[in-house]
Amino acid sequence: MATEKVDKIVSQEYQLGFSVDVIADTLPPGLSESVIAMICAKKNEPQWMYDLRVKAFHKWETMKEPHWAHIHYPPIDYQAISYFSAPKKAPNSLDEVDENILAAYAKLGIPLEEQKMLQGIAVDAVFDSVSVKTTYSETLKEKGIIFCSISEAISDYPEMIQEYLFSVVPSTDNYFAALNAAVFTDGTFVYIPKGVRCPMELSTYFRINAKNTGQFERTLIIADEGSYVSYNEGCSAPQRDENQLHAAVVELIIKKDAQIKYSTIQNWYPGDENGKGGIYNFVTKRALCDGENSKVSWTQVETGSAITWKYPSCILKGDNSVGEFYSVAITSKHQQADTGTKMIHIGKNTRSTIISKGISAMRGENSYRGLVKILPKADKARNFSQCDSLLIGSDCGAHTFPYLESQNPSAQIEHEATTSKINDEQLFYLRQRGISEENAVSMIVHGFCKEVFAQLPMEFAVEAKELLNLTLEGSVG
Amino acid sequence: MMQIKNIHAKIGDNDILKGVNLTLEAGKVHVIMGPNGAGKSTLTKAIVGHYDVKVTEGEVIYKGKDILKMPPEERALEGIFLSFQNPVEVAGVNNAYFLRTALNAKEKYHNQKETNAAEFLKLMKVHVEQLGMNTDMIARGLNDGFSGGEKKRNEILQMEILQPDVIILDEIDSGLDIDALKAVSEGINRMKDGKKTFLVITHYRRILDYIHPDYIHVLQDGKIVKTGGPELVDILESQGYHALQKDT
Ligand SMILES: Nc1ncnc2c1ncn2[C@@H]1O[C@H](COP(=O)(O)OP(=O)(O)OP(=O)(O)O)[C@@H](O)[C@H]1O
Ligand SMILES: [Mg+2]
Repeated sequence: MATEKVDKIVSQEYQLGFSVDVIADTLPPGLSESVIAMICAKKNEPQWMYDLRVKAFHKWETMKEPHWAHIHYPPIDYQAISYFSAPKKAPNSLDEVDENILAAYAKLGIPLEEQKMLQGIAVDAVFDSVSVKTTYSETLKEKGIIFCSISEAISDYPEMIQEYLFSVVPSTDNYFAALNAAVFTDGTFVYIPKGVRCPMELSTYFRINAKNTGQFERTLIIADEGSYVSYNEGCSAPQRDENQLHAAVVELIIKKDAQIKYSTIQNWYPGDENGKGGIYNFVTKRALCDGENSKVSWTQVETGSAITWKYPSCILKGDNSVGEFYSVAITSKHQQADTGTKMIHIGKNTRSTIISKGISAMRGENSYRGLVKILPKADKARNFSQCDSLLIGSDCGAHTFPYLESQNPSAQIEHEATTSKINDEQLFYLRQRGISEENAVSMIVHGFCKEVFAQLPMEFAVEAKELLNLTLEGSVG
Repeated sequence: MMQIKNIHAKIGDNDILKGVNLTLEAGKVHVIMGPNGAGKSTLTKAIVGHYDVKVTEGEVIYKGKDILKMPPEERALEGIFLSFQNPVEVAGVNNAYFLRTALNAKEKYHNQKETNAAEFLKLMKVHVEQLGMNTDMIARGLNDGFSGGEKKRNEILQMEILQPDVIILDEIDSGLDIDALKAVSEGINRMKDGKKTFLVITHYRRILDYIHPDYIHVLQDGKIVKTGGPELVDILESQGYHALQKDT
């Protein structure tokens, strides 16, 4: 049947699986207080940061890895992972960034050299455990915008870090968040001052290169009153036989009348067709809509990782605040994704929208898990959720787990869910009009995702579409 | 134009076509009539390479080649078009985008300049108006939620834009209201250029009064049992297919 060929199409090789040789400073595997002390020492961190990390570490030791998600994987040996790996020389200027690293980013389509920098997009490049370069920092500073690595922020803006770090995702929030708090090595810090509309797209590109290391980054974005920023993250990793752990935390704080648009294109190595290798992606992302009329939109396109465990959430505290979640998650080969969102309505007239599109092919397992919670004071809160699943072939799975807790009778909640299959009859119809099978599949999948793609900033929408095409491309047998 | 030679075909384990012979002439309108379940749709599917139909014997010669070896998209690109008895819905794939992709695929295949979006919209607009279609239908998903008659008009729109050479219409007239039947028939007549071949499957004479067929073939129990001119329709209408069976 035609769908067997579709499997071939969707099992296209991973394109970014290269690694580069970099002389790295890597800690031996294992996690202990002394490892944390070494990380702090390498990063020249103040005592208070060390204390916070150790507190999180001790809490983590008492916690259990969560297993409620619809994912299966062998036990992770946390003592077998290295928690810090950085290119040997900490670069002070771009001239000092290892040529191989520059070449790696160039190959990923992200030139970091001054002359070649992407127009209109400022980039923070995080390579294994450290940020190697942040572009346009100076230009942004003129507007009072801070865009730097979180390590820099800890040393340069300690008051802000002490006030906001762990304020949305506490260091002991969950197992992976606690692990991250103990060992996070780098990430991005953004502050947009009152009334400022950030003039360019900000983005972070995470690259795992070293073997046997985990990547634990932490991102903190603060949008002060009346400000706006569009922030994007992308990521990829070499193709390796062993699984690698990525446990990140993202905290967003949105003040009165401010807005953050946060977009992710996740393309970690997904593992091979037998389920060997791939990134385990356990991520906690949360936004606090603190002020009135604040707004956050999470848009994610999840194509990579062996396992995705991720629920970008919105705490709608300010009256009239708005939370949005747009997601496309694709699982093929043996990939498993358990992803969704939480919308916590606290303030009056808070509104949330959830659009989730799950695509499963081959032996992929895709679960949507979403919570809509309306607290007693959230008068006239509204939520609309739509969760659609598209199945390609018969060995894959799609699951939907919507949870709803309403404590206010004036709330309006709507939930729609559909499951459809790319069927042979549709493919045949398109082929009878002269469209190749490959393009036919791609058209149907793109059509299915278009509401979400429409939310991405233009440059990234193009990238997402191409990525989807690559995932779908291949020889038709 | 196309020679269908001794086609035997199965669906699953059932023999449906049992030696169909038919020569389609350039510039002519051929009609196939026959009882329900006789194998008319199966024959059209065999020609376009539908995966349900397994051809066990015979060949279909077109442009000097046996097309049965070609994948479906190649047959389409070579100019064979089938309007389906029941066009499938493809939600999410925009109708106009789909049609332009199909047109560009054909242009590319024949090394022609690809029609760009602006040119395409103009072209589409002309045809949509001619067919009396509701303009919002081109912005909708392909056949998504279309009524039976709207789907049929949409098939004719595709035919007119793609300009195929062998046009197979499987019950294009079923479920059409009076105005739609007229619009669809006019669309078919506009396509006649003395070179294109039509193979029209129908149960009713109404459409034939508009499109003036050259030949009527009767397909019964997997075979063409009779071929004649338009007068054959009168005999069938008055006596039914039973009469023919006694003849043969
Ligand atoms: N997918 C299928 N699976 C099993 N049998 C099928 C399938 N498709 C068609 N058939 C059978 O093949 C035979 C011929 O069907 P076909 O659709 O070609 O008939 P038809 O002449 O087009 O009839 P109608 O006038 O009703 O459209 C019928 O007996 C039908 O039940
Ligand atoms: Mg039929």
